[in-house]
Amino acid sequence: MSKAEAAMDRIADIWGDRTPHDRATVWPARVDSYLADGITEAQVDRWVISACVLCSNGCGCDIAVKDGRMVGIRGRATDVVNHGRLGPKGLYGSIPFAASGDRLTRPLIRQDGELVETTWEAAMGRVVEVSQRLLREKGPLSHGFYTSGQLFLEEYYTLAIIGKAGIGTPHMDGNTRLCTATAAAAMKESFGCDGQPGSYTDIDWCDAIFLFGHNMPETQTVLWMRILDRLAGDQPPKIVCVDPRRTKVAEAAERTGGVHLAPLPGTNQALMNGLIRELIANSWHDREWVDAHTLGFDDLAATVEPYTPEHVGEICGIDPADLRRAAAIFGESERVLSTVLQGFYQSHQATAASVAVNNLHLLRGMIGKPGAGILQMNGQPTAQNNRECGADGDLPGFRNWDNEKHVQELAALWNVDPLVIPHWAPPTHAMQMMRYAEQGSISFLWISATNPVVSMPESARIRRILGGDQCFVVVQDLFLTETARLADVVLPASGWGEKTGTFTNVSRTVHLSDKAVDPPGEAKSDLDIFLLYAERMGFTDKDGAPLVRWRTPEEAFGAWQECSRGRPVDYTGLSYDKLRGPTGIAWPCNTQAPDGTDRLYTDPVFPTDTDQCENYGHDLLTGGTVTQQEHLAMNPAGRAFLKGAPYQPPHEQVSAEYPLLYSTGRTVYHFHTRTKTARAAALQQAAPDAWVELSETDATGLGIGEGDRVAVESPRGRIEVRARIGRVRPGAVFAPFHYGYWDLDAAGPDGGPARDANELTMTVWDPVSKQPLFKTAACRVTKIGDATGPASAPSTTASAPPDGRQLPATAGGEPTMSRIVTPTPDYPNDPSLGTDSPAPTTTIAGSQ
Amino acid sequence: MPHLDTYLGLLHHAEQTLTDSFVTVGHGHQAEADVYHTCESLARMSLEHEKQLAPVVARYGEQRRGEDVEEPERLHAAGVAQVRAGAVGLLRDLQDLYLLATLVHSCWTVVLQAAQGARDRELIEIAQQCMEETSRQLTWIQTRIKVGAPQALLIAP
Repeated sequence: MSKAEAAMDRIADIWGDRTPHDRATVWPARVDSYLADGITEAQVDRWVISACVLCSNGCGCDIAVKDGRMVGIRGRATDVVNHGRLGPKGLYGSIPFAASGDRLTRPLIRQDGELVETTWEAAMGRVVEVSQRLLREKGPLSHGFYTSGQLFLEEYYTLAIIGKAGIGTPHMDGNTRLCTATAAAAMKESFGCDGQPGSYTDIDWCDAIFLFGHNMPETQTVLWMRILDRLAGDQPPKIVCVDPRRTKVAEAAERTGGVHLAPLPGTNQALMNGLIRELIANSWHDREWVDAHTLGFDDLAATVEPYTPEHVGEICGIDPADLRRAAAIFGESERVLSTVLQGFYQSHQATAASVAVNNLHLLRGMIGKPGAGILQMNGQPTAQNNRECGADGDLPGFRNWDNEKHVQELAALWNVDPLVIPHWAPPTHAMQMMRYAEQGSISFLWISATNPVVSMPESARIRRILGGDQCFVVVQDLFLTETARLADVVLPASGWGEKTGTFTNVSRTVHLSDKAVDPPGEAKSDLDIFLLYAERMGFTDKDGAPLVRWRTPEEAFGAWQECSRGRPVDYTGLSYDKLRGPTGIAWPCNTQAPDGTDRLYTDPVFPTDTDQCENYGHDLLTGGTVTQQEHLAMNPAGRAFLKGAPYQPPHEQVSAEYPLLYSTGRTVYHFHTRTKTARAAALQQAAPDAWVELSETDATGLGIGEGDRVAVESPRGRIEVRARIGRVRPGAVFAPFHYGYWDLDAAGPDGGPARDANELTMTVWDPVSKQPLFKTAACRVTKIGDATGPASAPSTTASAPPDGRQLPATAGGEPTMSRIVTPTPDYPNDPSLGTDSPAPTTTIAGSQ
Repeated sequence: MPHLDTYLGLLHHAEQTLTDSFVTVGHGHQAEADVYHTCESLARMSLEHEKQLAPVVARYGEQRRGEDVEEPERLHAAGVAQVRAGAVGLLRDLQDLYLLATLVHSCWTVVLQAAQGARDRELIEIAQQCMEETSRQLTWIQTRIKVGAPQALLIAP
């Protein structure tokens, strides 16, 4: 091993060693890799290009294949996203699912109440028979499709055309509704259209980073490495953290002279109004820029006027001086980057608060310049494609359902009557689809690559809906998830590495993922499953030709490129060949930008024109839609919208009966409902079971100690888990949402103790983005049993005990390799191109 | 101002009816989470309008229902006292809310016109703000009706 190469347990060292990174230089490259079973690089048969799908970051990688099996993974040094790095989930969790003994290998069909194995012919025959009967008897509105943030672009686009032009139902959404709907909604409200303004290279240039409800060290570990490397270099940025837990971000805020704001759950909008008010009151805004490039300043200023630091301090339970300090950092730094995630998206007034982040940037003209960016994040690896392709409550190509011209474009492209494409209202959102399924007016629901029984709010209700007779449920997945257990037909699908397709990350970067190995048994790619359904249903265009005119992923990609032509999300300059290396490429990519685009709105002209925009906007309080006439009257003419909303108290408030505020979230070692990560031994052992985090103050008051068994109850349900005396603010309780019942061989608690965090959450959603709110329920916690040891919560992350309390460090990953790459490769469109720091020859130990 | 007090009475009554009806519809349709929560917010909005009327009423007085009221209400908008069941029931209840909110909106229109004639800055400001908020209420009701109508009419059990 050379001195630049280090073997490392990445369960213990989540972010690896530091490669210090000075401001306005290229981030050094470090290649992280992991090979299972003691296999060496020399023994690998071939490497297959891909990108990681265990978070939304989109790290370029290669899959190691030996003897027809996936045996490991290696980051791509030349990829703009990760410069070679991978996180612990990517390293340990990417491969093991594929060879897991409990993969679905044959279709299942429900007979006499039991799911039994069957043939594809019989399973698809049943699906088509029910589908055709319902179309005949009840029409297209009987059909709903609930998909994922995990499929590939080609699959979403195929599903979108099947649903919107084949069947003609508005009922199609993805679990992206649960993770990223607010990101899209906030961008539509402010900029007229979806499309990430910023780039990861903004981290390299900024002077301050604001993380709004974004526990990046756990949700996007590789992006956090980029920040940690800035903090280890010259001219490090100040960090400002908005989070009710003292996360690693909060600790970084303290170290860098930034601020940690820990507002009470449900009060983000008051905090944001306070920050905006400070910006205006101190004249830190750029009035000239605002006048030239935005609309709505006077209304916004009037809306935020009552939110003095003292008033905000009272609502949020924070020190007014901290709010002032945070506002001063935003107001006085030369370049500010903001990132936003679930702490805002899944909390009360989600869209309003996320729009407020956009407002802060617009007020200072902090957009479209290196280091002055916004990253409205996603939770899932392919969530972006679902938004682009319109399998999630949008129309394909960021088209506007309320713009007749946009609908006609799609109708012409697909050669169908525009009336077939439902556009009397926005496509139905997931929570409303579940309501229709509950009432039986949706009586055919096809769920692909997602597990709503565990991930949607109020689990008992979702189990009741999907387990009932009023709705025929098709589930397409890799495993017999909690949701699949309730289905009428289960279709075995191929996973990552077992099929070819493309997907796009948070920073608009498109990657190709080639097929590395065959899927097990009779499992089919999701694309092939959708194509099979389309063929058996006989969907045709208005001339009687097949509606879906492609058979392969590459052909589907070509069809999508045509759909994207001329839209902000232009893929026409891309191709599979171009995406085979050396790096993923960010859209728009067309003849004007053949190498893709690092950041949007450099002009700064926003896609707000009435003819161009993705929607006309909403009332942030109610979700009432702005009409085309009203939008025309505003004459946006390429200007962005400044939109405000007063703070409203959350829907469920604490009471004597339920005195604590309940919030759910992630741990670094798991993804979603652990479908893949629990099948990776290192990850599962790092966080084997559910827990709940309490502040020391609240725990003491309740007589609860570390590891005690507690009941957590809300008006909707109860879970029984171990208590971690943790780092949440007093008054708040945190529970990880990963733990359902599949590994207990059940769809639900079945009379035993429950542990799914969503047993307690509310059926409530944001009025604009329709994203369910997982972070604003009231609860109570009571001790029901003594500790036998500490809770199974990791001690390496935000679930660590408070300072001064020691617990054994979480560890146990097999050795992975990390290698510094010199010289640092050239990254296309990187604003620091040619100005890289002296490349380090050794890594610097001591990750944060 | 011989007749402004009559209209303030009408307006006050209409806002009260709308507040109560938002509460009734919201609670009656709790299974529709968005209707429940939005109606709650919009009821608060109408209640706030009633409060804002108080200083104006203190100055001008108001004529409420009774034998001696000039131009008595002939259209008795009693409000939604009880909700209907099912998807079509929800649509009808939302339509009733729409009618009630329209009445409120037109009352504010009349009062705003009078306020301008009377050069009453306070009332102009209140009427403009409340009218705008009533428009927001109408917009939401309209949006929700449009989203739900096809499913309710074509397919709901």
